[in-house]
Amino acid sequence: MARHIVARTTEIPPGGNKVVAVDGRDIVVFHVNGEFFALLNRCPHEGAPLDKAACVARLTSSEPGVYQRSRVGELLRCAWHGWEFDMRNGQSYFDPARVKIRTYPVVIEDGETLAKGPYVAETFPVHIEDSYVIVEA
Amino acid sequence: MTAKDKMQGNSMAVTRIDCDIHPAVGGTRTTLLPYLDDHWKEQVVSRAIDGLDLNSYPPNMPLSGRADWRPANGKPGSDLAMVQRGAFDQLGSSHAICNVLYGAQAVFDSYMAAAFCKAINDWIAAEWLARDPRLRASIVVPMQAPDLAVEEIERRAADNRFVSVLVLAQGESLLGRRHYWPVYQAAEKHKLPIAVHAGSQYRGAPSSIGWPSYRYEYYLAEAQAFQAQVLSLIYEGVFLKFPGLKVVLMESGVSWLPAFMWRANKTWRGVRVEVPWIDREPAAIMRDHIRLTTQPFDAPPDAAGVADIIEMIGSDKMFLFASDYPHWQFDGDDAIPPHLPASIVSRMCADNPLETFPRLSLAA
Amino acid sequence: MSDVIDRPLLEQEKAAKTRLRIIDCDVHPSLHSHADLNQFLPKRWQQHLKTYGSHLRTPYIGTTPYPRSSPLIARRDAWPPTGGPPGSDLAFMQKQHLDPLDIEFGILQVLDLFIFSQQNLEFGAAIQRAINEWQLAYWSDRDPRLKASILAGQDDTEAAIAEIDRCAKIGRYMQINVCPRANEPLGRRRYWPIYARAQELDLPLGIHVGGYGGHAPTGGGWPSYYVEEHQSNAHSVATQLSSLVIEGVLERFPRLRIVFIEGGLGWIPATTWRMDQHFERFRDEVPHLKRRPSEYVKEHFWFTTQPIDEPDEAKHLRSLIEWIGVDRMLFSSDYPHWDFDDPRFAFKTPLTEAERAKIFNGNARALYKL
Repeated sequence: MARHIVARTTEIPPGGNKVVAVDGRDIVVFHVNGEFFALLNRCPHEGAPLDKAACVARLTSSEPGVYQRSRVGELLRCAWHGWEFDMRNGQSYFDPARVKIRTYPVVIEDGETLAKGPYVAETFPVHIEDSYVIVEA
Repeated sequence: MTAKDKMQGNSMAVTRIDCDIHPAVGGTRTTLLPYLDDHWKEQVVSRAIDGLDLNSYPPNMPLSGRADWRPANGKPGSDLAMVQRGAFDQLGSSHAICNVLYGAQAVFDSYMAAAFCKAINDWIAAEWLARDPRLRASIVVPMQAPDLAVEEIERRAADNRFVSVLVLAQGESLLGRRHYWPVYQAAEKHKLPIAVHAGSQYRGAPSSIGWPSYRYEYYLAEAQAFQAQVLSLIYEGVFLKFPGLKVVLMESGVSWLPAFMWRANKTWRGVRVEVPWIDREPAAIMRDHIRLTTQPFDAPPDAAGVADIIEMIGSDKMFLFASDYPHWQFDGDDAIPPHLPASIVSRMCADNPLETFPRLSLAA
Repeated sequence: MSDVIDRPLLEQEKAAKTRLRIIDCDVHPSLHSHADLNQFLPKRWQQHLKTYGSHLRTPYIGTTPYPRSSPLIARRDAWPPTGGPPGSDLAFMQKQHLDPLDIEFGILQVLDLFIFSQQNLEFGAAIQRAINEWQLAYWSDRDPRLKASILAGQDDTEAAIAEIDRCAKIGRYMQINVCPRANEPLGRRRYWPIYARAQELDLPLGIHVGGYGGHAPTGGGWPSYYVEEHQSNAHSVATQLSSLVIEGVLERFPRLRIVFIEGGLGWIPATTWRMDQHFERFRDEVPHLKRRPSEYVKEHFWFTTQPIDEPDEAKHLRSLIEWIGVDRMLFSSDYPHWDFDDPRFAFKTPLTEAERAKIFNGNARALYKL
C-alpha cells in the first residue's frame, strides 16, 4: 500500500471531512475529536457518497424510551438510506459482520519528516509547524 | 415428557389442534343473560341491549358460515354438536381453540364491555369447555380498559382450559402502545399468547384511506391492519418488555408476510435511530414472536409459488393449523392449504400450536 | 469484501452495446420558497398563503406529524450548494441526477405545500393550479426532459375536472395525479367523474403515496413512529388498489390506466392473490365485477419500482418480478428523497437486456406516450 498525503490537519475541522482521489478511488477523511478516519467514499448499499453522511453518536438502548449515547460523532448515517457505519472500522451497525465500508489506515505526520522524502509535491508545500494527514491506500 | 405427551396424558391423542374455531353467541339477552349479574341483567332486559353481532361478520354473509356448517336454526357456530361434528369428525382435529367474536369487545362503556366479556368467558367455559374436553378457549378481554382486561385475565388464569387472550385486529389504539402493556404483562405471566383476530372495533375508518363500500373490500383491508399491528408491537418494544410473549395472527392471510418482512427490515436499517431499543431486524423478531393461523392463506396459484413464499418466510415455526370454522375459507374436508411443503405440514398441526399455546399441555 | 453489495448489474452495464437511457418515473422538484408561486397565484391566494397558510388535518402548521429521519425527507447530499431545499435547483438536479444517470425523461411529482391535503378546498385548488403552471414554467420549459403531471385533488371533484381540462388543453402533462389518502377510498363513485375524464383524455391516473386525508395511517389507530408510518404507505396503496378494483372502476372505465408511484412492489402479489382468493365468497356482493380481480390488475395498473424490495436472497427479488410481471414495472428513483434508488445499483438481481429495456425505459415510454 502506498502512502498518500491527503490534507493538512488544519484543513479538516473537528466534525468535518475531506474527500480526496487516490488511485482512482474517492476516499473521505473524517476528523473526530482529534482523530482522523479514512474510508472509501461509497456506501456498500447503493453507492452513496459518505462525505455528506450525518456524523452522529452511537445510539443504543436498553429498553423503550431510553436513549444511550456513546462515541459521539464517530458513527456515520449514510446520506441516502441512513445506514449507520462505525468510522473506525467501517462496520455497519445493523450487520457488522457482513456489511462494511472499506477503511484505510490514517497517520498524522509532522511536516518536517515529509520534507525529506519523495512527498514534497507542489500541491502540498511543507511547513514545519503544520501537521499533515497521510493515508495509506 | 414432551408437550404432546403431557397433553395426551390429559385426554385423547394430540394429533391436530385447530387454533381458530368460532362458537357463536346467540344473543346478549339469550346466551349471555344467565352469566350477567343482577345489575347488567336488568340493564340488558329493560333497555333491550342486544344485537351485538360484530359488524365484521354479519351472520348471513357467505364468509360467516359455510353452507354445510349452517344449522337449521341459529347462527353458524351456535350449535355445539354441529361444531363438534365439523371441527373434529369432519376436519379431523383432536382439539380446538374457541375464539368468540361478539360485539362485547367493541362496546364503548368500559364496565359494560368488561361485564359482557366476562359473561362470554363464563358461558364458553360452562357450555362448551365443560361439555367437551377437546375444547379450549381464548379469554375475551375488554381492551377498552386495559386494567379491566388484566382483571379478566387474572380471573381465568387458574383455568387451564383458557389458553390465550383474544383481541381484535382493529381497535382504538395500535396494540403496541404503552397503555396496553399491563395486559401483555399479565398474559406473559400466565403463559397466554395474544390472539389477534380479524375484526374491528370501528373506532375509526378500518383503513388508512377511509371507509370501504363493500364488505369484500373491508375484509381485504384487514390484512393491512394486521401488518400495522405487527409493526406497532415490534417497534414499541413489546417483545423486549415481555420476551416470553407470543402473538398469533388469526384469519390474517399469510402470503403478505415475506414482502412485509423485507420492507420492515429495509425501513428499520435506515430509521433505526428512532427506535434504538430494536437492536435486531424486525423479521428476526417476527420469527421469534409472531405466529399465524393458516386459514386463509391467500396463496399464489401454484405449488412453486407456495414453496417460494414458505422459503421467503424462513421459519417452519410460524404456521398454526386452523380451519376458521364455521367461516367459509375452503370447500371439502381438508383445512390444510394446498401445496404446503411436508416440513411445514408436519409441524403446523401439533408441534407449533403446542409451542405457541403452552397451556395446552397443562391438565385441564 | 465487495464495495457494493451484490452488483450483478455492473458487469451487464459494461457489456451493453447501446447504453440504456432511463425514464425516471418519480422526480420531486421543490419550490425554492412560497414566493415562487406568487406569479401563478391570484392576489387573494397569495395573501391567504401568507396569513392563514396550510389548513391540514394534522397537528402542525409547518411540518408533517411524523418527523422524518432526515431533513425534508431528502438525501443529505441533495441540498443545492447555491441554497434552497433539495430539488429546488434545476442546475443542481441536472448535475447531480439527470445528466450523470443519463435520464431521458423525468416525470415530475410535486409534494410541496401538502397540495392535496388542504382542508380549504378552494385554496387547495388554487395551489394545485399554481403548481401545475409552475411545473411548466420552472421545469419543463427549462429542461424538456422533465415532464409535468396534472395535480387535481379529488375531494373537490368539479374543481379537479376544471383543472384537468385546462391542463389537457395545454397538452404537456403526462398524467392526472390524485390524492393518495383523501376523504374516501379512490374507488368511490363520487370520484368517478374524474376517471371518466381521464379515460376520455386518455391520460393515466397517477397515485403517489403519502398524504394526510384525516384517517389514521392504519385501520387500527395512529402509529407512534415514522418507521411505522413510512411502511404504512405500502399498506395504503394496497388498499387503494383493492378499492379501485372492487368498486368496479376498471369495469366502468375499461380504457383507464392507473399508476401507483412510490408504493414499491412487494405488496402487489399478495394483495392480488388475496383479492382472487376471496372473490368467489363475496361474488354476490359485487355483481358488477365481470372478471377476476387479478385480471384487472394485469391490464390496468402500473407500478414504479422505488423503494425497491431488498430480500436477503437476490433470487427472491426475481420471484417478485415474475409474480408482478415485467410489463407492469416502471423504474423510479424518487430523487431527491432519502430512500432514493440508484438505477445502477438498486436491482440486486440480474435482469436480461430485454427486461432492463422495459423496466427502465420501454414501459414508461408506452404508458406516457413519450
